[in-house]
Amino acid sequence: MDFQSVLSKEEVVALTLRSLYAKFGYAQYKMSKFEEYDLYVRNKDFLVSDSVITFTDTDGRLMALKPDVTLSIIKNGKDGDGLMKVYYNENVYRVSKGTRSFKEIMQVGIECQGAIDQASVTEVLELALKSLEVIGKNVALAVSHLDVIKGVLDEYGINGTLAKELTRYLGAKNRGGILKICEQAGLTAEQTEVILNLVNVCGAPNKVLSTLDAFKINDATSIAVEELKEVVKTLEDRGYGDRLVIDFSVINTLKYYNGVAFNGFVEGIPQSVLSGGEYDNLMKKMGRKSKAIGFAVYLDELFKLGKEV
Amino acid sequence: MAKTLNVALPKGRLGEKVYAMFEKAGFECPSIKEGSRKLIFENEEKGVRYFWVKPSDVAIYVERGAADVGVVGKDILMEYNPDVYELLDLKVGKCHMAVAGKKDFVDDRNRTLTVATKFTNVAKSYYSAQGRDIDIITLNGSIEIAPILGLSDVIVDIVETGTTLKENDLEVIDKFEAISARLIANKAGYKFKGDLIEKIRLSLKEQTENV
Repeated sequence: MDFQSVLSKEEVVALTLRSLYAKFGYAQYKMSKFEEYDLYVRNKDFLVSDSVITFTDTDGRLMALKPDVTLSIIKNGKDGDGLMKVYYNENVYRVSKGTRSFKEIMQVGIECQGAIDQASVTEVLELALKSLEVIGKNVALAVSHLDVIKGVLDEYGINGTLAKELTRYLGAKNRGGILKICEQAGLTAEQTEVILNLVNVCGAPNKVLSTLDAFKINDATSIAVEELKEVVKTLEDRGYGDRLVIDFSVINTLKYYNGVAFNGFVEGIPQSVLSGGEYDNLMKKMGRKSKAIGFAVYLDELFKLGKEV
Repeated sequence: MAKTLNVALPKGRLGEKVYAMFEKAGFECPSIKEGSRKLIFENEEKGVRYFWVKPSDVAIYVERGAADVGVVGKDILMEYNPDVYELLDLKVGKCHMAVAGKKDFVDDRNRTLTVATKFTNVAKSYYSAQGRDIDIITLNGSIEIAPILGLSDVIVDIVETGTTLKENDLEVIDKFEAISARLIANKAGYKFKGDLIEKIRLSLKEQTENV
């Protein structure tokens, strides 16, 4: 039967992604539409939009229509020796920025929790790249390592409000703003240079990989730089070099994320369509010991690409 | 494959000044100077397409990807906080975001302060940082008239020379942010046209340093 002609681009992509993840040994994770509201209140900053649709269940509990899947997977997972690899294809409910009203968004993603090592990080990144290629022809995966950024800020004693503002400026590649913060923090010219390099070092791995050593200012950043290099080199060996961009403007909230973080782009869609990273901090906050990495693919903008896959 | 870079410029004097900078950077588009009513101009050879939009809309065009890069005042960025890269301070269109009021105005902290402005978000964050309770009156133009008519206690607006204020018996109470035109870029567009955008940024940067 010819399903292709019936299915929308969104549906075709979702199904293709599911079979891709299944092929890599990920099991489907199904969840109910509702979770207790409490789960989301406690981890409010983790959510992309801060509003949640709530209602009172028949037994009086305050429930929410899920705005996110990751939190549920963490909550329901168990710490163990091996790796838990799951994928999901769920509708989530978020406030759309334009209309300020709730919207249903189809989201596909994977989560990998447990004994995460470099091989599993690399695999997740490779899957992110493969996912992007399912969506469009010309794709880019911007990769950063949050421990590099965090290590640099810690070394220079930048924390609190200043750190928050600085990460916002890094995310916007705003050199003027960064200079202002460095001045406020009383950094030396040399230290300011290192922070500005977080913006300047941006581009294809074959161009910038060798310049990353400039961030090896302490043990934490040295380890992180090596980790990033190893992962990117492996992906280069597998032939993804031209689709990778090292870019430290990829900053998820440092409170929840650590390690490798990435955003995926497809030419023709003005926002990132894929976003993910390691989130050991969030696991710890929710009482889990394991490490974790995952990403989500946002399918609500795909109509902009037209129907052909 | 050559890609066309879409550039959103603010209509008006500032836009013309900025276009001249792009021209100097080697991205000219002669048809733009013919003074027609067209809004879109393209130079296929150089791979650029310019369009004129309302200054306060530039950030939206760029954030939504209709333009890869654009030039917009810092005031607009402060107000809308769009999710874009802010690549360069072009150091033109300089002015200040300021609070102004009648010459004899004294702030009575015992009551709510009424603020007239078109920059409601800017005003809110400025006063909430001071813990000041305010009421906001949103106006779209001739803001200066509000304190004179007793509509508001103060205004939050951009001040360039201060002449309008002076002629209306108002004065600046606090200049709290320097404003100038900024080069912004769409985050996705930057991933695919980054080399070209960087080339433009560097050339524009050189020009701002030679002023």
